[in-house]
Parts: sequence; C-alpha cells; structure tokens
Amino acid sequence: MKYQIRLSGDEIRLMQEVKARSGVDLAKCYQCGECTAGCPMTPEMDAGPTKTLRLIQLGMEEALFDLNTPWLCASCETCTARCPNDIDIALVMDVVRQMARLKGKKIPVKEPRIFQDVFLKSVENNGRLFEPGMIAFYNLRSGDLFHDVGLGPKMLLKGKLPLLPHTSKNREKLREIFRKAEALEKEAGKKASEEAHDESGH
Amino acid sequence: MTYAYYPGCSLKGTAIDYHTSALALAERLGIELKEMEDWVCCGASPIHQRNPALASGVANLLLSLSEGISKDVAVLCAACYHNMKKAEVEMREDGKKRNEVEELSGIPFNPEVRTRHFLDILDKDYGLNALKEKVVKPLSELRVACYYGCLLSRPPEIAFDDPEQPMIMERILEAAGAETVSWSHRLECCGASHAVPLTDAVLRLVNDVLASARDAGADIIACACPLCQANLDMRQEGIRAKLGVAHNLPAVYFTQLLGIACGATGKQVMIEKGMVSAVPLLRAKNLL
Repeated sequence: MKYQIRLSGDEIRLMQEVKARSGVDLAKCYQCGECTAGCPMTPEMDAGPTKTLRLIQLGMEEALFDLNTPWLCASCETCTARCPNDIDIALVMDVVRQMARLKGKKIPVKEPRIFQDVFLKSVENNGRLFEPGMIAFYNLRSGDLFHDVGLGPKMLLKGKLPLLPHTSKNREKLREIFRKAEALEKEAGKKASEEAHDESGH
Repeated sequence: MTYAYYPGCSLKGTAIDYHTSALALAERLGIELKEMEDWVCCGASPIHQRNPALASGVANLLLSLSEGISKDVAVLCAACYHNMKKAEVEMREDGKKRNEVEELSGIPFNPEVRTRHFLDILDKDYGLNALKEKVVKPLSELRVACYYGCLLSRPPEIAFDDPEQPMIMERILEAAGAETVSWSHRLECCGASHAVPLTDAVLRLVNDVLASARDAGADIIACACPLCQANLDMRQEGIRAKLGVAHNLPAVYFTQLLGIACGATGKQVMIEKGMVSAVPLLRAKNLL
C-alpha cells in the first residue's frame, strides 16, 4: 500500500489535546464538508474548516499550525450551527488559536492575532474597550500606520468616537479573571499533553 | 417593566446612536432599562478566540451585576448577547462547566438570571399588540431588509427565534407599519471585527450583503448589532473605492426606526449619525 494512515500512538495525541481543551471529539467528523460549504471566509482561507479538522484527526500538528484558516475564522459559528454531528467547529478554531499561542508557534497571518492582542489589552487596561486607543495600537503593531485613517476624522465629526477611555470599578476584578484564566490554560496544556501521552499508549 | 441594562462598550462609543435610540424607544414604551453599575467589557469575539474559558468567566461577572435590579439582563449588542447567553446556558445545563466558571470568576452563578436581547423583550414581554398601540407614525412604504448577522442566533442554543429562519425583527418592524423584504443574506456574516485586520475580506462580505438587500428592493437595512451596522454603513465608501460599487444604502438600527414610528424625533434617535445618511429617504417617506 502506497499511503497508510496510522491512527494510533503519536498520531492521536493532537486530537486528544483538542478534546481535553474543548470537550470536542473530532473522531465524530466524517468530512462531509458542510462547514466549509457555509463558511463565509473560505475565499481567503488556505484549507477551510473541513480540511483543518482532518489534519487534527491525522495528528499533523506542523501542517495544522501552518494554516491561515483558524486565524481567518470570523467566529460567525455557521459551521457549528450546521454540523450534522454537532461538532462545535468554531470552538475548535478558538482552541487551535489558543494552542498555537501557548506553544509559541509562528502564525502565518499576523494581523488577526495583533488585533486580538490589542483589543484584549485595551479591555484589561481600562476595564472597557477604548476603541480609538485600540486602533492606534493596532496600527503601530501592524506597521500599517495609516490603516483606516480616513475613517477616524469622519467618525469624530459624527461624535462616534469617545476621546477618553471609560473605566469601571470592576477593572481589578476583570484583571484577576484574566490572570487566573491564563494560569489555568497553561496548567490545562500540561495536563492535556500528559493525558494524551498516556492514552496514546506510551 | 424594569430590566438590568448592559450596554457594552460599542454602545458608549461607535454605536452611541444604538444606545440613545433604544433608550428613547424604551421611554416611549414605558420600559425601564436601568444600567448596571460598573460593568466591564464582555471581550466580544477576541476573548473566546484567545481563551474560551476566559469568555465565560467574564460573562459570569457581568451576569452577577444584575443583582438588585432584575433577573433579566437587557442587551442590545449581538456580541455581548452571544457571550453572556452562551455562558448562561452552558452553566445552567452543565454542572461541571458551572463549577469551573464559578471557580474562575470567584462568583456564584444565579440560575434565575436570563440574558435577553431587546428584540426578544419587545416580542415576548412587551408584545406586538401593545407596540402597535404606541405607533403614531407608521413606517408605511418603507421597504426594510432586516439583517440578523451571526451572533443573535448562533449557536442555535442561544437563539430566541428559529436559528436558521428568524422572523422576529420582521414581525416587530411590520407591527410598526414597515414593509419587509425577503432576501438571501440576512444571516450571512459581515466579517465583524475582521474589518480592522482583514479589511478586504470584509469589503467582499459587506458588498455581498448590500447587493442582496438592494436586489430584493430594500430602501434601508435594519441592524441589531453595532458591528454589523458599522460595517454595513462605514464600509460603503471602501467598497466604492476598491470594488467600484456604489450602494448608497442606509443601514440603521431597528431601534432608530421603531423610535421614529413611536414619535421620537430624528435627533432623539440620532438618525444623523450614519455615514450613508438615512435622512433623505426618511424625509421622502414623511417620517422625519
């Protein structure tokens, strides 16, 4: 046989780790393609959700983290709503992004990750999102200094941009949840890889 | 009728017109939207894209702020609604998940709390007959495309109407005298916050949505989400520049149209805030 798919040992570790983090069992995916058919971002994606799930099933970690697909997912959840096997595909995309970050993987499309970072930084700093500050940091970090710069003055004129950040008395509480969640996700990573290691027969 | 109101960040900034028009409408209907104190950002999509558990933890904090006001939390933003409702439903149905979220947030979950979108409140609590009685300026001859986008009805567990074929916005606007159109892209994604990092993709998606509404004969699009409205309205100039298509189709909040129908002035619903102005159209229909 020219090609052989092995689904034992090391190959199932990736699927086990995704399951430990998301609760989603990707062995249920029979590759019908419904998720990709409904995905609004497929024209920009390299693989689309169906193939992404296949790479996880096959334990192809390197190929998985090379994809732009999880980073282009807009979280519209059309895939999740339509999956005939009730797989929460959008959650899997979240978890792949999370795993890539925790494993320090190089991300093939940097802009969505920068946006995620500056958005959440603004929330952590102020308790509430400060839209103008967030966009300024985005432009600095992405190097696209004049991105959407034409929209800013128009929005200001319309009174659609606040000039100062709003804050909240619950900002510290919010930060505490951020810190705790960060500690927990690292712990979960260790546990997941240990469990996957045990179950894959080592 | 008093609700614990969670505006969320956009409604105090780019979507100030959504916030203001909803309050103007609520006042006219006798619904009290009492803003919860010291609320924080729900984190929208970036928070669960980074860490799904973090999103639930923050949502539980937000739900707890309703205490002392009402067990029903009124929400207007689709992303806020999505994050809070999803966490609420998961915690109510899954004891293990509930323990995890309570542990992470350090806050007990109150299973009585319900996240309610304002559309759902109007439809189920207030009722269309009562709404009809408040209409003083019917939206007659206004052909409206009701745009749901993604997060009001996905995942299906959080939907307050049929998740694949919701009609709630049509029902409500028709009660106010509008004519609604049948169109293909009412639940298609506008690209949401990808507007910043992946602008070209969003221009493509928004162009498709606008073209679909236009082809169906709509005069105007009604939105129930600040990001949908921002993309549909503010990206029309980019679409004209990059894709060479001039839509000139106003996209406003459903609360602005309902507010006007219930007697609010254009200023009271901040109708002038749109980049593609709805004012000429509404004047032509004698609504302003």
